[in-house]
Formats: sequence, C-alpha cells, structure tokens
Amino acid sequence: MIVNEQLAIDHGLKKDEYEKICELLKRVPNITELGIFSAMWNEHCSYKSSRFHLKNLPTKGKNVIQGPGENAGVIDIGDDDAIVFKIESHNHPSFIEPYQGAATGVGGIMRDVFTMGARPIANLNSIHFGSSQHKKTKNLLRGVVHGIGGYGNCMGVPTIAGQTSFDKSYNGNILVNAMTLGLVKKNKIFYSKAAGLGKPVIYVGSKTGRDGIHGASMASASFDDKIEEKKPTVQVGDPFTEKLLLEACLELMAGDSIIAIQDMGAAGLTSSSIEMASKGNLGIEINLNKVPCREANMTPYEIMLSESQERMLIVLEKGKEEMAQKIFDKWNLDFAVIGKTTKSKKIELYFDEEKVADIPVNTLVENSPMYDRKWKKAKLPKKIKIKKEEFKTLKVVNVLHKILSNPNVCSKEWIWQQYDHTVMGDTIQKPGGDAGVVRVHGTNKAVAASVDSSAVYCWAHPLSGGKQIVCESWRNLISVGAKPIAITNCLNFGSPENEENMGEFVECVQGLGEASSYLDFPVVSGNVSFYNQTKDIGIKPTPAIGGVGLIKDYKNMVTMDLKETDNILLVIGKTEGHLDQSLFARDILNEKNGPPPEINLFNEKNNGETILKLIDKKLIKAAHDVSLGGIITALSKMCIKGKKGVTLKKPNYLINKFEYLFGEDQGRYIIEISKDDLENVTKILQENSVHFDELGTTNENDLIIDNKTKVSIDDLIKSHTTWLTNYMSN
Amino acid sequence: MNSSVITFPGSNCDRDMDVALKKFGFKNKMVWHDDLELPKSDLVVLPGGFSYGDYLRCGSMASKSKIMKSILNFAQGGGKVMGICNGFQILVESGLLPGVLLRNKYLEFICKNVFVKVNNKDNSFFKDVKKDIYEFHIAHNEGNYFCSNNQIKEINDNNQIALFYSDENGNVNKKSNPNGSLQNIAGIYNKQKNVLGMMPHPERMIDPALSGEDGSIFFENLINNLK
Repeated sequence: MIVNEQLAIDHGLKKDEYEKICELLKRVPNITELGIFSAMWNEHCSYKSSRFHLKNLPTKGKNVIQGPGENAGVIDIGDDDAIVFKIESHNHPSFIEPYQGAATGVGGIMRDVFTMGARPIANLNSIHFGSSQHKKTKNLLRGVVHGIGGYGNCMGVPTIAGQTSFDKSYNGNILVNAMTLGLVKKNKIFYSKAAGLGKPVIYVGSKTGRDGIHGASMASASFDDKIEEKKPTVQVGDPFTEKLLLEACLELMAGDSIIAIQDMGAAGLTSSSIEMASKGNLGIEINLNKVPCREANMTPYEIMLSESQERMLIVLEKGKEEMAQKIFDKWNLDFAVIGKTTKSKKIELYFDEEKVADIPVNTLVENSPMYDRKWKKAKLPKKIKIKKEEFKTLKVVNVLHKILSNPNVCSKEWIWQQYDHTVMGDTIQKPGGDAGVVRVHGTNKAVAASVDSSAVYCWAHPLSGGKQIVCESWRNLISVGAKPIAITNCLNFGSPENEENMGEFVECVQGLGEASSYLDFPVVSGNVSFYNQTKDIGIKPTPAIGGVGLIKDYKNMVTMDLKETDNILLVIGKTEGHLDQSLFARDILNEKNGPPPEINLFNEKNNGETILKLIDKKLIKAAHDVSLGGIITALSKMCIKGKKGVTLKKPNYLINKFEYLFGEDQGRYIIEISKDDLENVTKILQENSVHFDELGTTNENDLIIDNKTKVSIDDLIKSHTTWLTNYMSN
Repeated sequence: MNSSVITFPGSNCDRDMDVALKKFGFKNKMVWHDDLELPKSDLVVLPGGFSYGDYLRCGSMASKSKIMKSILNFAQGGGKVMGICNGFQILVESGLLPGVLLRNKYLEFICKNVFVKVNNKDNSFFKDVKKDIYEFHIAHNEGNYFCSNNQIKEINDNNQIALFYSDENGNVNKKSNPNGSLQNIAGIYNKQKNVLGMMPHPERMIDPALSGEDGSIFFENLINNLK
C-alpha cells in the first residue's frame, strides 16, 4: 500500500502532522508505521489539545505516591497500604455498542489498576444519557448497565457507587466513565518504566484478534450519520480471561521478576511497548510472528493496532521466563517472549524476517504534537430576577414530588441492584449513599469513594462549575466521615477545535485546579475525552470527578439515614436561596439561564473540616450534603433512607420558602444530632466560625413542612423509587 | 473441623468463604480445581463466582473438573458438601443435586438482601438452628430453579427443599420470589441430605458492618452440628 497524505488524513492525521512525521523519519513512513503514528498521535493517546492546560493541575501532596503519567494514581493510606485508582471514559464505543462498550470500559480501568500490582477492591461509574424521551435512551441505558454489571460481577469486584444523569445534550453521544480502586502494599507497586538491556519482552493474556483496530482513533473523532458502520472498531470483552489474568499477574507480582509491566489498552501493543520504552529511555525490538493471534494471516499493521482486550506486556528479568510461564500455564493464558529491550531507543518490528517498522521512540512521544488551541472565555451570566408571583401558583408538596421523581434525582436502585456490590465481603456503605465505602481487608480502615459531575453548572459557567464538582466530591466524602485525600478526573468535552468547547475545557480545568489546590485534594490520575459531539453540537461540558478519602476506623463511618426521633437537624453553611441553574428553576420554572451558585472555597474547607471534627467526637448521627434540589430534597432522602419524619422549623431570617427549600447554595450539609449534644455542637461550630441554622426535629412518620403542609414518608418513597423502574419496564 | 473450598477458574467468592469459615472455627484449605485428591475434610464448599466465565451453561464446565471426581466420591460416602450460588449450579450440573438453574425471570442480575425460610431442619446444615427466617444476600443472574414434574414430586416427597424465598414473616409467595424459582426454591438437598446447594450467600452476612449477621448464625450452627 502506498502511503501518502490522503492515507494519513484517512487515519485521522492532519496534513501538517503528516509532514512532521516525514520530517522526523526523514522519509515516508510505511503503512505499519503510519498506523503506529496515527495511534500515538491521536487525541486519545497524545493529549495534544489538553496537555498544555493539564500541566497546571495540582498533582502533588503529602499522601501522593504517584501522580498522573502512570497507569493510575497512587496514594498513601498509612501502615504500608496504598490505594491505586483512576477513572477513564469509554464514551464512543458505548454509544455504538452499549454492552461491549461499557463492559470493556470497566475491564480496561481494572487492568490499569492491577497492572500496578493492586488488587481491585471497588468499582464506580458515572454514566450520562440523552433525554428519557429520546428513542435510543432506554436501550442504551439497559445495555450500558448490563455491560458494567456483566464485567464487574464476573471479576468479583464490588461496584459501590455511581452517578447517572439524563440530559438531551447526550442524545447522540452518551458518556460512560468507569473508575476502579485497588489496594497494594507500598513496597509492591509496579511501574511501566522498562530498564536494562536485552531483557525479555513478554506478551501475556488473550490472543490478538482483529477487534478494536483503530479504537483510539475512533474515540478521537466526532460522530456522524454513519456511526453504525464503526461497530467493528468496538472491542469485545472477556471478563473471565481478565479474572484469570488478574490472578496470574498478582501471582507473578508476588515475586521479584518483573521489571516493568503495562496493560494493552488504547492502541494495544503499539502504545504499551512505546510507553515502556519511552519511560525507560531505551528501545524495544519485537518479532510480530511471536505474538499469539486469534486469526490467521494478520498483518503487522493489524497486530500493532488491534485493541483486543485482556492483554499485558511485561519486561522480565532474564532467566525468569520459565518460572513465569508456569504461572500463566496454570491459569490457561497465553505466554510468549516476543522481543527484547535494546539500546537503540527505537521501536523495531520484524515480521517474516523482514523489518516492518523502525521508529525512534522520541518521535512518537516527546515529539508528538501539542496544541495551544484557541478558546473563548465564558462570561458569568447575569442573575435572573425570578418574579415571586411565579411561585404563587406552586405548592411545595407538588414541587417536591416532581423533583424526587425527576430522572436526575430519583432512586437508581434499578441500576445498582444489577451490580454485585457486596462481593469481597468488605462493602460497608452500599450504593445510594453519599459515597461508597469498603473496608481495607483485615484492618479497621476503610476507603470512601464517590464520583460526581454537574454538567449544568459547568455549561452555565465553566469556571464555577469546575470548582463546584471538586467541592461536591469533597462534601460527599466528608458526609460519610472520610478525610478526602485525592481525586481522579475524567474530562468529557466537545471538540477542542471549536473555540467555545475548548473554552469550556480550559475554564473547567482552571476551576478544578483552583478548588483542588485550595482543598489540598490533588489530582493523581485522569483521562480526557474530546469530540463528544454529534455533527457540530457538543455535549454539555461534563468533567467527572472521582474522589477518594480515608476513614481511620470504619466504626466511625456516617450514613445519611435518620437514626432516631426527637433528634435535632442542623443545616451547616449559609442558605441564601440561589435558584439560578437549580433543578427548581430549570425543571419547575423552565428557566435555563443565570449563573450557577457561587463557590466559596474558604467556607467549603472550613465547613467540611469542622464536620469531620464533629464526627471524630461522635456527635453526628447522620449527615448528608445538600446538592441538587436543595435542602428539602436532601432532607427527603434522609427521611426515606431512615424511614423517619422531620418537623421543620420556620427559618429564623426572612427568606422566600421556595428559595429556602429548593435553593442550591454550595458548601452545605444537613446533620442529625441528639438534643443533649446541641450545646456542645453549637460551641464547636461557633469556635470554628461555621454558619449553621436549626432546620427541625425528627419525628416518627411525616415530613412536616409547616402547619398546613405535611407529606408521609411512604409518599416520599413512592415518588423517589418508582420513576426509573416504571420507565425501564415499559 | 476441617473444611475445603474449591477454587475453579473464575471463582470469585472463594476468599470470602475462606474468611467466613475461618472466622467460625473451621481449619480451611483452598483446593485447586485441577487437583485429584481432596484433603481430609469434614465439609467441602463450592464457592460462588463465574467458573469458566459461565459462558456455557453455568457450572457445566466446572462440573467436569478433575477435583469433581473425588468430590463425588466424598459425597457418596456421606461427606458434607455445600455449594453456594455458582457452587449450587455446579452441583446441579454434576448430578449431585436434581434440577437446573435458569436465568432470572426478569433477565437481570439481582444483588440484594432477601428473606429465606428454612424448610427442612432434619440435617446437619440446619439442625437446631435458632431461626426459621433468615435475611441473606443474593447476587446472581441464573438462580431461577427449575426441574421436571416428576423431579419436583420426588423432591417434595423426600423433603429435599432446604430454603424457600419468603418475606420477613415467612410467607412464601409470588411477591417474595426474586427470580422466578419453582415453588420459591432458594436451596435444596440431595436425598441423603448431606449435599446442600443454595443461591444466597451466607458468607456475606457475617459482620454487623456488612449487610447483616444472619450468616454468622448459620455458620456457628453449622460447625456445632458437624462436631
């Protein structure tokens, strides 16, 4: 095949990028080499549009063992234990083939974690679908949920938390972000940096097939009408083989024969071999005839670009091949010595005794393109003056029922009941709470994790939205009694070539960086997914944040369910009644303009840290952060979970009741405390200059809003739990 | 008391079972599916998971594993064998228990707490048990028990039903059936009552911090009965 500019363009490269390749190689690449360049230089692998901005994120902290740049981030949780975690997108494949797309997303992220030597202990996911009225939504939702469950359940890793949203901006481009946490001993972490010359390069796992060829390039392009034709680029998952691969790798990792290990994810053998060589500053030579193939007559191009799943590349100590092979034989997995490390600093591929590629590693990595794309700054929208007359026709109870049954608020039990969330026997907080919590096996410690995004806020004002999600993640961890440690981010945006979408990206990242830096909540891993759009219309900017925190003694974990009657409820943080961009304004008043709520980082930090102090002193019976739908929505969920009621107090300052109940001011929590502790709690809150209001008292059965307005808990449960089940069974 | 937990390729509740058995006093050994001999055991457990990916009928590949021969011998000699979830499916496929486990009625994986009512206590698994109704956890895609008319008659005649899905008051009805199981069957014995298969996972209910503690009652009773 003759390689020319057109062929390069067909591979997703730009004209000037192709010219740069010829210049770097000082010749025209052959077809295999072109394939390798296109895989390494696409957006998904090279971060060419995002690198420039990502470098400003805070990535260091006293608990950070490994920041971005490895397969996953690693944090220290004390006593020689570390948590390895990362979130990753699998958006494009999931829209084309929801089951396999979502399944392989889960498989891929778990591989990233166990590549580093960690046993996966928890999965989470953030999934976003088009409007519930859109004809594709139901099938996509069902397929994605089955796919996530199908893979995670078979692996025997509990899925402990998640987030699901519906918005018409995802009609033609759903989002599937999967996150995994793994547990490892600090001295047994494995990295992808190759070292030493003449060391054997080993291929283990599944055989290489023709599936997923150019998956990463597909994920770097926008969708058009011919999207169905891209089905062959979607990989097919085999969770059983991955389970065997996990056990075999961990068995091999127990010894000291591995120099470097890297999973074959996006761009398969290409990116894994090149990354190991690049990090080790050496070369790798591979004989492609040695690669175990599923199909006959695969070409070097196909072997290098296949995204067949459940494969790993290992650089092994010399002489350990036989011992290693025994382990993989035991688990019935392929094991092949396919090459060796060299001093050439080149990637050299042989096939049928002919050299089929010869590329200096640095041209693929350091010399890959980086763009400072043009972007447009977003203005803070003007505040909307909602006329109070509009409220007059509304009844609080009706609005509350509407909000509780809103697709974005309602119970997602239909989803998480299909995920095994209790396997491994350490899940102490199941899905449906503020964060999922798993014990560190055999210890008193527990790890909390939550995944959040607020596309509406990010869309209205990216800078505020970016800050807000980091704060929300922080609050979710605080609410279960965990000290927030670090985050991973999955940045889902439209096209970086569109100035507005690029602006959304730049400013969300800026906001995210500001908040995580202020809260000392660094970013240790992440992933960027651009081109989430159909034709020219991008999705709402949707950065998803996965936060991880530590509970030193799991017995001190807090849940949101109300515990006893006759306890006092406090709202921590000031309620100003911000309605713009709230669920109430958007869905009840149909008002989509205005700025999102303001973020005050000082208050966020102070309020959160003070709550942790109260939890430490065992003064909090239940806690829940106030987010979508305001105080009354948060409170209803606490009532539903605890099957207890609340009698609300009249607010002690003048505020409209809709603003009070449905406003989405940030930095707030609702806590339940015993009457006897009120004095003590008040003292601590005042000492720490935390604003709080008394919200009400718990009772047996009803949510009593004022002397005319009362709802039974059973009615709240009905509103909250029926929408999704009905939707999916119709 | 010595117990053995078998690990098949794809088993994923083997560690959880090991933890549970040890917690209640068993000396447990993990046994690899490819082994020929069982270690000396008072109880053999086939754990949950997805043996061989459950790509064929669940449990059918595992039922042909090398170790199964000695498990069959062990059971035929009166040895106590217990299969949980995938382990139940393997026991059915191996012929140690009658019937089959079909896909759940609504074709979805179910992970939740359910109540089960103990039916027959005249055996070492449930003898003298303090409670009749347990809250256990289920997590499966194929737990819909089914068998022929003749088989179900025989099962009932021999009092082989171990557990029914029920509500918290012990009512066995359609509403309390999570997966469409014939007669709400959650677990059965062989004729001799030395082999038990059940879908629920008692090993996930052994700690107040987890889903509940009814599993603790089950295991405490079990080790006492085997002594």
